[in-house]
Amino acid sequence: MSTAPRLTALDALHRSLGATMTDFAGWDMPLRYASERDEHNAVRTRAGLFDLSHMGEITLTGPEAVKALDYALVGNISTVGVGRARYTHICQEDGGIVDDLIVYRLGETEYMVVANASNAQVVLDALTERAAGFDTEVRDDRDAYALLAVQGPESPGILASLTDADLDGLKYYAGLPGTVAGVPALIARTGYTGEDGFELFVAPEHAVALWQALTKAGEGVGLVPAGLSCRDTLRLEAGMPLYGHELTTALTPFDAGLGRVVKFEKEGDFVGRAALEAAAEKAATKAPRKLVGLIAEGRRVPRAGFPVTFGGEVVGEVTSGAPSPTLGKPIAMAYVDAEHAAPGASGVGVDIRGTHEPYEVVALPFYKRQK
Amino acid sequence: MSTPENLRYTKEHEWLSDVVDGVATVGITEFAANALGDVVYAQLPAVGDTVTEGETCGELESTKSVSDLYSPVSGEIVEANQDVVDDPALVNTAPFEGGWLFKVRISEEPKDVLSAEEYTKLTAGN
Repeated sequence: MSTAPRLTALDALHRSLGATMTDFAGWDMPLRYASERDEHNAVRTRAGLFDLSHMGEITLTGPEAVKALDYALVGNISTVGVGRARYTHICQEDGGIVDDLIVYRLGETEYMVVANASNAQVVLDALTERAAGFDTEVRDDRDAYALLAVQGPESPGILASLTDADLDGLKYYAGLPGTVAGVPALIARTGYTGEDGFELFVAPEHAVALWQALTKAGEGVGLVPAGLSCRDTLRLEAGMPLYGHELTTALTPFDAGLGRVVKFEKEGDFVGRAALEAAAEKAATKAPRKLVGLIAEGRRVPRAGFPVTFGGEVVGEVTSGAPSPTLGKPIAMAYVDAEHAAPGASGVGVDIRGTHEPYEVVALPFYKRQK
Repeated sequence: MSTPENLRYTKEHEWLSDVVDGVATVGITEFAANALGDVVYAQLPAVGDTVTEGETCGELESTKSVSDLYSPVSGEIVEANQDVVDDPALVNTAPFEGGWLFKVRISEEPKDVLSAEEYTKLTAGN
């Protein structure tokens, strides 16, 4: 492992904006530019601009690319039309989640898999190995793309002012090639903030020009640069899982309440099928721990790993926690024993550094935007 | 980044004001506030508590983390800043003014404090 952090094409720009940088999966990434709370609120009410170039792009091409993906992943990729995207998981033989992914179908026989930065290498290795028996080429495109995201209610207007692409025709979970501010880009609509928004995959040499064009286009409507810190509170409010927190190799998609991403009806074998069939059956007969939301009655913030308690007994574990700018209270996601996981369950709390703090159990998400 | 000349500082990034009638005011530095990010919760020592130099006496919670608060001086708490308890963001917006944390009647001179110049050196390059 090299110890020097990897820098995105926008690194100098972040520093010129006074960003607080942080190491994330071996990358130097902007944590926040000024106040993370202000950035969070800007995305909820106006728009935020993110650098997500640390995400790992892997391209599969060739006549059997789709067959390879159907074998390697738990989803039914053969049902994804050109220009569409699908959220899916890649699992181990034992059903444990290796990563959660978005797969874009860019052409008849071309697919782009986007993995989390921390798992990009593992996913690349697994896809390469699993595709070996198929007529397809697996290409490491991590350095081929910079990734910018503009998220928030003002984002369609901002982007529309810079592109002729048919944004109205671009539905949630779709992607199309186009030109933004004169820059060739793959435009996708697969946000991770709970807001409407767009991801723009571009060549790294175009990243700065595109960032500046978006900044200028968003000036009048309150677009601000936004860092990873507010991204975490945004996705938490939206009840979206983060790999390493809600999803791990110790859990199957059924444990995570995401059994719907596993498509047993697809043709042929796929890695993890047998173990996942058993996991599905087990989940149907005996409910495992359930992923729930917790809202604080007090002001102390639960953090990942803190025990969820009931009557002095440990009944679960916090996977993510943060102060919620939108709710104005600390919130958390946690895996909780089924008997204490119903919304409104009483007596549930979190052990915060030795004190039992009462929490309200709620269904996820905490926040849903008004369409 | 400001480091007022008239204050004394600690390696844990607290500041200590001049002593007036035996009482000094304590807060955290702008450097520390920036490193924490938005402060969302402040647990301060209570009036009447005895604090000891270099030992924890409370905590500050931010979006990303929780940090222990160390007392830069030994003595008895005579006031805790209720404004900060009600609106912890004051620590970020005015760490040296309205965001002060507590006032302490000092029982002995602090041993391990830095001048503004020494503290600036300590935090330079960060």
